[in-house]
Amino acid sequence: MRKLALAAALLAPLAAFADPDPADWDAVLEEARGQTVFWNAWGGSTTTNDFIAWAGERVAEEYGVTVEHVKLTDTADAVTRVLAEKQAGQDTGGAIDLIWINGANFAAMKEADLLFGPWAEDLPNWAFVDTEGKTVQTDFTVPTEGLEAPWAMAQVVFIHDTADLPEPLPSMPALLEWAEANPGRFTYPQPPDFLGTTFLKQALIDLLDDPSVLAEPVAEETYDEITEPLWTFLDTLTPLLWREGRAYPQTGPRQLQLINDGEIDLAISFSPGEASTAIANFQLPDTARTFVLEKGTIGNASFVTIPYNSASKAGAMVLANFLMSPEAQLRAQDPEILGYGTVLAMEKLADEDRRGFEMLDLGIATLSPAELGQVQDEPHPSWATRLSEDWQARFGVAE
Amino acid sequence: MTAPPAERPALSPSRRPLRRRLLPTLPLLTLLAMLGPVAAGLGGTLLPAFGHLPAAGETGPSLDPFRALFAWPGLGDAVRLSITTGLLATATSLAIVVLITAGWSGTRAFRVIERLLSPLLAVPHAAAAFGLAFLIAPSGWIARLFSPGLTGWERPPDLLIVQDPWGLTMTAGLVAKEVPFLLLMTLAALGQVKAQESVTVARALGYGRLTGWLKTVFPRVYAQIRLPVYVVLAYSMSVVDVAVILGPNTPPTLSVQIVRWMADPDLAMRLQAAAGALLQLGLVLGALALWFLLERLVAWLARRWIASGRRGRVDPLWRGIGLGAAGLSAFAVLAGLAGLALWSVAGFWSFPDALPDGLSLRSWGRHGPAATEALGETALIALTATVGALALAIGCLEAEHRYGLRPSTRGLWLLYLPLLVPQIAFLPGLQTLLLFGGADMGRLPVILAHLVFVLPYVFLSLGDPYRAWDSRQGIVAAALGSSPDRVLWRVRLPMLLRPVLTASAVGLAVSVGQYLPTLLIGGGRVATLTTEAVALASGGDRRAIGVYGLMQSAAALIPFALALALPALIWRNRKGLAIG
Repeated sequence: MRKLALAAALLAPLAAFADPDPADWDAVLEEARGQTVFWNAWGGSTTTNDFIAWAGERVAEEYGVTVEHVKLTDTADAVTRVLAEKQAGQDTGGAIDLIWINGANFAAMKEADLLFGPWAEDLPNWAFVDTEGKTVQTDFTVPTEGLEAPWAMAQVVFIHDTADLPEPLPSMPALLEWAEANPGRFTYPQPPDFLGTTFLKQALIDLLDDPSVLAEPVAEETYDEITEPLWTFLDTLTPLLWREGRAYPQTGPRQLQLINDGEIDLAISFSPGEASTAIANFQLPDTARTFVLEKGTIGNASFVTIPYNSASKAGAMVLANFLMSPEAQLRAQDPEILGYGTVLAMEKLADEDRRGFEMLDLGIATLSPAELGQVQDEPHPSWATRLSEDWQARFGVAE
Repeated sequence: MTAPPAERPALSPSRRPLRRRLLPTLPLLTLLAMLGPVAAGLGGTLLPAFGHLPAAGETGPSLDPFRALFAWPGLGDAVRLSITTGLLATATSLAIVVLITAGWSGTRAFRVIERLLSPLLAVPHAAAAFGLAFLIAPSGWIARLFSPGLTGWERPPDLLIVQDPWGLTMTAGLVAKEVPFLLLMTLAALGQVKAQESVTVARALGYGRLTGWLKTVFPRVYAQIRLPVYVVLAYSMSVVDVAVILGPNTPPTLSVQIVRWMADPDLAMRLQAAAGALLQLGLVLGALALWFLLERLVAWLARRWIASGRRGRVDPLWRGIGLGAAGLSAFAVLAGLAGLALWSVAGFWSFPDALPDGLSLRSWGRHGPAATEALGETALIALTATVGALALAIGCLEAEHRYGLRPSTRGLWLLYLPLLVPQIAFLPGLQTLLLFGGADMGRLPVILAHLVFVLPYVFLSLGDPYRAWDSRQGIVAAALGSSPDRVLWRVRLPMLLRPVLTASAVGLAVSVGQYLPTLLIGGGRVATLTTEAVALASGGDRRAIGVYGLMQSAAALIPFALALALPALIWRNRKGLAIG
């Protein structure tokens, strides 16, 4: 016993350098004050950038945490950076404190032991999170295990310009039929862009009778048979695409510009509120609306995660906790601001907070939660990688 | 003799020995400062290319990365694109610059073109590419102007103009940007050769304006702009941002594909990327060698042509072509910029409207404050890097001059390595180097990384005019009692004001335009106008791109305006220096 006390006394000065414990939230708040959090997040969307700036101002006011938004063109850049730091032996004071992440990037970081934690499920606002109805504890079927905190829900919708395409398309075969009648009026972001890959997954899920096989990792024996309908579908669709599939938009938002320019009539989006927000920002005509497929569409969560060598882990947790707060979630869901789905469970909220969500006008082009219908699970991350690779070999270098 | 009358030199014997020790070492220091990062960076590429990347669980050596690279089905097209767009863009840019300078220098039309083109060098490649894309796309500005009236298009036609598989649009975008660069280099070189006198004599002998210039002035000018031409070739072959915006994507050029592999979450792809980077390096070196041989061939043919004594009967035709091409190239960038400016204040604007429904300052309100903050960061980095580069370059050149340290041809090639080696080939390795040095954070390493790229450009821009300076001026000044330092400060640098300012403007523009070094070395923490603009570019929001593109252009444009205006202003009483 005395030995232990002695050891504790000797080790006490070292405790200051130890990682913060999220279970002791007051200590986290204390440590976070004055820290600067470098939040690496995709910077391609101006509305998201504005939201991140707002969140930074709020945590600065409330908790004395400074947030710097590092605008990425590709989240993998952040993964690469942390890896480079590990390679160089920089195990403390890394350049990145928080990353907006999901899917294959999370799987890669988790696999390579580049993450701090577990911490996410100890945050105070975790109590409000909808752990039953929403996929917040698995990320593309990979268990999150408290290594990342959810902050937004996304679901695939299709944006259509009702001036040219008045009626929703119920399924992928119907989409193909419409494309045959209207060649050159549809395209999707070029895989490996995540939205383009999502289109492949969405098409495969819709074409399969039983998409549950996609929950398992890709198996060589069954891969060809399972994906055969997708390649047949794409072989027919590709010559009917915008520019006959010889060029593709490189990102999702680029499709909005194409609709605005009158070049295409239909685009895929991973954000149910994106169309309404874009109309408000003059980026889409006010005739744009959204629809989902009859069998449902893919949904997933966006997370934030903390690298193992972050210099401001406490500050990063304070920011992650703030992002899950009713205040931040309500603002994110406002289509005038961001239009992202909330990760919170309405029944867990205080009455006042819940009313805020109920009062929210989701916008002219946004479907209600009921209209969004069935959410389909993301396939295992290995499918995204494999489909994207095969697409690139089949269509990515085609003339 | 227009130099001011010499005063008595203020001798400071105590300081001279120190300088004598310091100055001769400067060239070596400069070389080390630049070659260290490049060599380390290349090492960081070489190892993974041969299968050694412990962080990804790979320990080589093996040839698997190259096998994977050659198994990529798009490799043939990607390599072809890299070569054809690079050679075509360089040859076309050089031809336009030569035609316009040969056919029109000394005329009013030339001064107009010069004023139009020179500042366009400042326009960042990405902004110019976006402007061009909006101009010539099927739903672009030109189509909008004539639709539906003349064309009958209610909807834009489904034509593959931008991102065509032959890379022609991309080549056009590169030409529009490289013409101003080569023209400015040519103008700086013209100050060192007695072009007007030579042409006057040639014309008196009955040569056409263009033929006379080509035969008497061009050989001397080309000797001075040769390295800039090589840089244009190396750059055009490995450019990323322009290729992403205007180039094809099925498959893209090799360098774009390398960037994609580097960004792949699967770390093993970095090995394949490293192998691709080495291939890209080989392609660039091969193309440079080819160009070098072509130079020999052209020189041999041209000597026969010069000796033939032909006076140039079709000169007027070629002059017209030169003026047209230069005008078109200026128009493309200017109209593209106008498009960006209009988008930055546009309300809703769809096809086929030639103008937006309404104007609004909303985009500036949204993006202005952040853009201004990025402007401050950009300016700070660019100014520091340029001043440092200028000091080193002048120090080196002066040491060369005083101690006869003129580097060998091989030394020069080493000096220009950072420009001739594709950035993508050695920057990730450079990042690791800085990490080991514990200097991975913040602004200072970014400035040092910019210096690696800024210094060669400054050197490239300043070196030839500096060396071509008539040293008899210095001998005269020394004979009148001036110390070497005094000759430098009171005679040489004032006479070389135009090339010095040009070099500074080039340095600033280079720094402002750097994307990969800022992103990789700054760890993403240093936000300049360029990193912000390219991040936005992936989202395709033309209004935001308009705001950032204009700010970015302004950041680099003002120094060029000064580089052109200041010598004329300062030397308004020195006719020979003012015109240059």
